[in-house]
Amino acid sequence: MRTSSKARAGQYAALLAYLVFLAFPLLWLISTAFKPPRELASLHPTWIPKDPTLANFRQAFDEQPLLHAALNSLVAALGAAVVAVLIATPMAYVMARHRTLLARAATGWVVVSQAFPFVLVIIPLFLVLKNLRLINSVPGLIMVYVVWALPFALWMLVGYVRAVPVELEEAAAVDGAGRLRTLVSVTAPLLAPGIVATALFAFISAWNEFFFALVLLKTPEKQTLPVVLTHFIGAEGVADLGPLAAAAFLATLPSLVVFALIQKRITGGMLAGAVKS
Amino acid sequence: MRVRWIVVLMLLLAGCTSGGGTSADGRITLRFQSLAWQEESVTANKELVKEWNAAHSDVKVEYVQGSWDSVHDQLLTSFEGGEAPDIIHDASDDLADFAYGGYLADLRELLPARLKSDIPQHSWDTATFGDGVYGVPFLQEPRVLIANAKWLKESGARIPTPEKPWSWGEFRSITKELSGEGRYGVAWPLKEPVSATLNLSLSAGGQLFHRDADGKVTVRFGEADAVVPRTLHDQANTDHSASPTTLGSGGSDTLPGFFGGKYAMVPLGFSYRQQIVQQAPKGFDWQVLPAPAGADGLTQGVSPQTLSVSADSPHKKEAAEFIDFLLRPKNMVRLALGDWMLPTGTQALKDPALHTAKNDWATGTALAQHLRPAPAQSVRGYPEWKDKVATPAFQEYYSGAIGLAELRRRLVKDGNLVLARYQR
Repeated sequence: MRTSSKARAGQYAALLAYLVFLAFPLLWLISTAFKPPRELASLHPTWIPKDPTLANFRQAFDEQPLLHAALNSLVAALGAAVVAVLIATPMAYVMARHRTLLARAATGWVVVSQAFPFVLVIIPLFLVLKNLRLINSVPGLIMVYVVWALPFALWMLVGYVRAVPVELEEAAAVDGAGRLRTLVSVTAPLLAPGIVATALFAFISAWNEFFFALVLLKTPEKQTLPVVLTHFIGAEGVADLGPLAAAAFLATLPSLVVFALIQKRITGGMLAGAVKS
Repeated sequence: MRVRWIVVLMLLLAGCTSGGGTSADGRITLRFQSLAWQEESVTANKELVKEWNAAHSDVKVEYVQGSWDSVHDQLLTSFEGGEAPDIIHDASDDLADFAYGGYLADLRELLPARLKSDIPQHSWDTATFGDGVYGVPFLQEPRVLIANAKWLKESGARIPTPEKPWSWGEFRSITKELSGEGRYGVAWPLKEPVSATLNLSLSAGGQLFHRDADGKVTVRFGEADAVVPRTLHDQANTDHSASPTTLGSGGSDTLPGFFGGKYAMVPLGFSYRQQIVQQAPKGFDWQVLPAPAGADGLTQGVSPQTLSVSADSPHKKEAAEFIDFLLRPKNMVRLALGDWMLPTGTQALKDPALHTAKNDWATGTALAQHLRPAPAQSVRGYPEWKDKVATPAFQEYYSGAIGLAELRRRLVKDGNLVLARYQR
């Protein structure tokens, strides 16, 4: 079926509007980060700062240990992503390939667990962390993030594994490849985009998480970026807007960079799990 | 929902180890969680901690940065987890739950006579719950009118002073005169309408909460309680001298319009002067005016910032000594200047730095003697009354959706039903 030129123009216009809508918060954040205080309180705000300044960034770095907090966030998010994927991948493979009653029950359990109130997931975590003396530690936080990300990661990966035709593995076996060789040389490369997409999901979830970090981490040297960002907000919600925007912009950069670097792989990964072969 | 979370977390966290401690060589380490957030204020706090540490080799204080945005939840979990800081910075209206819950140390026996006598009793009242004192109130701010000085001068209106303030009626008629052609005499930022209304109502003698002989608190909405709400309502709905768009805004949201010449005055906390100094266009002429006065003069309610000691702290005596150091008159002045607020201490209030005309410090300092505990901050059930009954009722009244009779009915009838549940 052919699309008329008018309909196509309409589609592009809708897409453009959607992109503008999505990009607005980030562009406004960037604009705010470079505005001096007087421009921040202007009745007629501008997209491009008239008198751009780096003072907000300087102040943000002077006032708060942003680099240290970013490093903590990075360690926590990377740790959570790596561990979640390491645990979820073999589990997902088994659940996707061996459609036994147990695997189906496990899949159902994963789906149901997503509907649980958050607090039910955190109860055993806190007990474990307390006994392990992992409160106020980044490894403890990583444990929480892994458990938080695991069900959804597993769910995602099951879809990706099912998208890899089992016939390829059978062909490798006919050619004499052992189980491990088949997994490493045939399945893993095809699954890579899905693994990357899943890891990215876990990374961003952990990178942005606030509440667990606030409750678990007590000392300043352990705090993560989302917690430190709240230090720019005063009583009754009054904010030091310039430094806050500067710090928030810096906080979004890692996610943007990771996205930019592996965008193609993510897209491939997401599509791979979308349809049945 | 969040409260339910916290309750469960509280149960989970019980029994964790404490934060501060004693090292093998007998050196004590105290954790001081500060909520200072403005650059000058953070600097002042950190400098004071540094000075203390330089002078006290046996008791080290570790500065921990907290945040106003999440302090209640964070403290609650910390208390239950045995991880609370030894010295806690908060606001008096946040202390009731912690004080009644046994999380804070009673400071009456811990604080020196110097500090006790330096701070007026009405300030101590803001941190007194039951028989105990659970925080040292040290910084406070009145709500003031920040005015476009040029506009006001050109109008020919009488400029009010702390000695001769405007009455509420005078304020209403002046804002009416200043309005027209898309410009307004006043922009009320009433995102949190309850505390603003109740605190200012004290000036007209409005109490709203009345404690009976048996200790039970009930809500009564008399003529004195209606003075401030009626003025605000009439400015927004009858005179059109108050901007209707700012009724749901926070204080900072009104500043662009104020600088842009849309509003002649904005009622804000005294500390907002810092934002005005930073953000006002060059040459913008502004000044601080006292809030209007009623039958009780310039009286208004405040919830001062406080310093408390955790009940679990093994070093309460040392923590109280640090608070005493932090709140010596000169240090209290440094903290006040850093936060652009007023100190509670009578000695600190005499400091010349707080009596300068620059940035209208003197106007605010003159109001300090009129500040009283915010109404109902120690009334159990107040947070629920505020959230479920008073906030929507005031918002609807100020927007013109309901009249004064309906406002009264909701505050009193619905309100007393809520309070009764807490006082059985």
